[in-house]
Amino acid sequence: MSSPNRVAAAALATAAAGLLVGGIALAIFWAPEDADQGFSQKIFYIHVPVALTAYAFFGFGAWKALRLLSTRDSRYDLESYTAVHMGVIFGLLTLVTGSIWAKTSWGQWWSWGERQLVLFLVVFLFYSAYFMLRYSTDPGPRRERNSAVFALFGVALIPVSFLAVRIAGTILHPTVFTHDDGVAMPWEMFLAFCICLGGVLALAATFYRVELAGKRIDASLKELREQLA
Amino acid sequence: MSAYATDVATLARKDVLLELRSRDTLPAMLLFVVSALVVFHFALPADASDRAEIGLFWIALVFTALLGLTRAFAAEREQGLLDGLVLAPVDRSAIWAAKAISVVVFLALAEAVALPAYALFFQPVGWELVAAVVLADVGIASIGALLAAMAAASRSRELLLPLLFLPLAIPAVIGGVGASVAENPASFLGFLALYDAVFAILAWASFEYVVTE
Amino acid sequence: MTSAEKYVLAAYLVFLAAVLAYLVIIALKVGRLEQELADLARLARERRGG
Repeated sequence: MSSPNRVAAAALATAAAGLLVGGIALAIFWAPEDADQGFSQKIFYIHVPVALTAYAFFGFGAWKALRLLSTRDSRYDLESYTAVHMGVIFGLLTLVTGSIWAKTSWGQWWSWGERQLVLFLVVFLFYSAYFMLRYSTDPGPRRERNSAVFALFGVALIPVSFLAVRIAGTILHPTVFTHDDGVAMPWEMFLAFCICLGGVLALAATFYRVELAGKRIDASLKELREQLA
Repeated sequence: MSAYATDVATLARKDVLLELRSRDTLPAMLLFVVSALVVFHFALPADASDRAEIGLFWIALVFTALLGLTRAFAAEREQGLLDGLVLAPVDRSAIWAAKAISVVVFLALAEAVALPAYALFFQPVGWELVAAVVLADVGIASIGALLAAMAAASRSRELLLPLLFLPLAIPAVIGGVGASVAENPASFLGFLALYDAVFAILAWASFEYVVTE
Repeated sequence: MTSAEKYVLAAYLVFLAAVLAYLVIIALKVGRLEQELADLARLARERRGG
């Protein structure tokens, strides 16, 4: 890694640590308690940033997939794959933290009425299938292109599912639970949220770089072994 | 008629005729959908609502479609024809369009049996259900034709296709069931049309990347 | 500690656990890559010097 890159990587990791620790501290100790939900609302400061990060990864993965298809440059395959991989990990985290939030808010670990979580489940299932696609296809340009196309279908699925879950709510699952945040949030809450969001995104970016480097080194070593053995 | 449309028509006709002659997939789909409906009757407790029965119809439809789709590129694979088709001076997306059309035809034939069977076993079938089925068929066929080609490149295509397909089928099920039970089916039917448009365009545009070597 | 506080703590702990688990996985991976690199270096030396 070149020098400026190394500095950037270190800065990113440091920022992640600082923003995350600072943000969570602010969220727990400084931000006001929500009038309706009480202390349990504080899960929001970790759950929503993780969810947004997962979506960001899926979008980023789709963007890299598009680059792969238009330039046919293989390096985008690893980048797209890593992004989806991280997206699924953060996705799992979203579902778990969301489930904990549901349990403390309305007493059940899962609720089909919680639209955001249901939407997320559908998207999560889709991108989990991405791994099945990769594992059962032999490495090569075919796998790269199939993965890329599938990643693109994923981002199309997100808005379509959002709509679907919304209209389903009117007929199929009438009890709609929502966590009523976002609209009239006191500025302290918003600030704490933004810092937490920045922290999680920075952490995610750091993990992404590490994971990508690991995958790249793996691939290079495999190639080297083939040459030497 | 433009060359593209002729290509699509020719390929689609080939698929349908091939199936009608070999009678491979279609009888299986017909039998499957009727068997599934019978199983569903036994699966439902005695006081199950009408709405639950509608839901089960849609499940039967999705899985019957999967059954048909698994065979979608089977003929080509078995005779190494897919490579030949790809080499032919035919726009690759025409291959997709033809395959999607033939899947719609097979689904329609299966539904021509499934809907009366459902009306017989469970409850009368309204126009909303038929309209929703038609719309859902287009989306399912569009997505399925692309995914079948993707799965064809893998080592475990029969396992892979359902996994890839089911998450994408969820909006179709929501739209279909909603249209069948809601007082205002129009919004659900509109949603199905949107679903069809989005994924058909995406599948049409990306098919060539999936079949080139 | 109230019940709500417990759940909030649980959620943050899950996040922490995930981060730490990832660290462990990466550490193991680096170890494996290091091993593979050492093997390949030895192979290369044998090829060269014989």
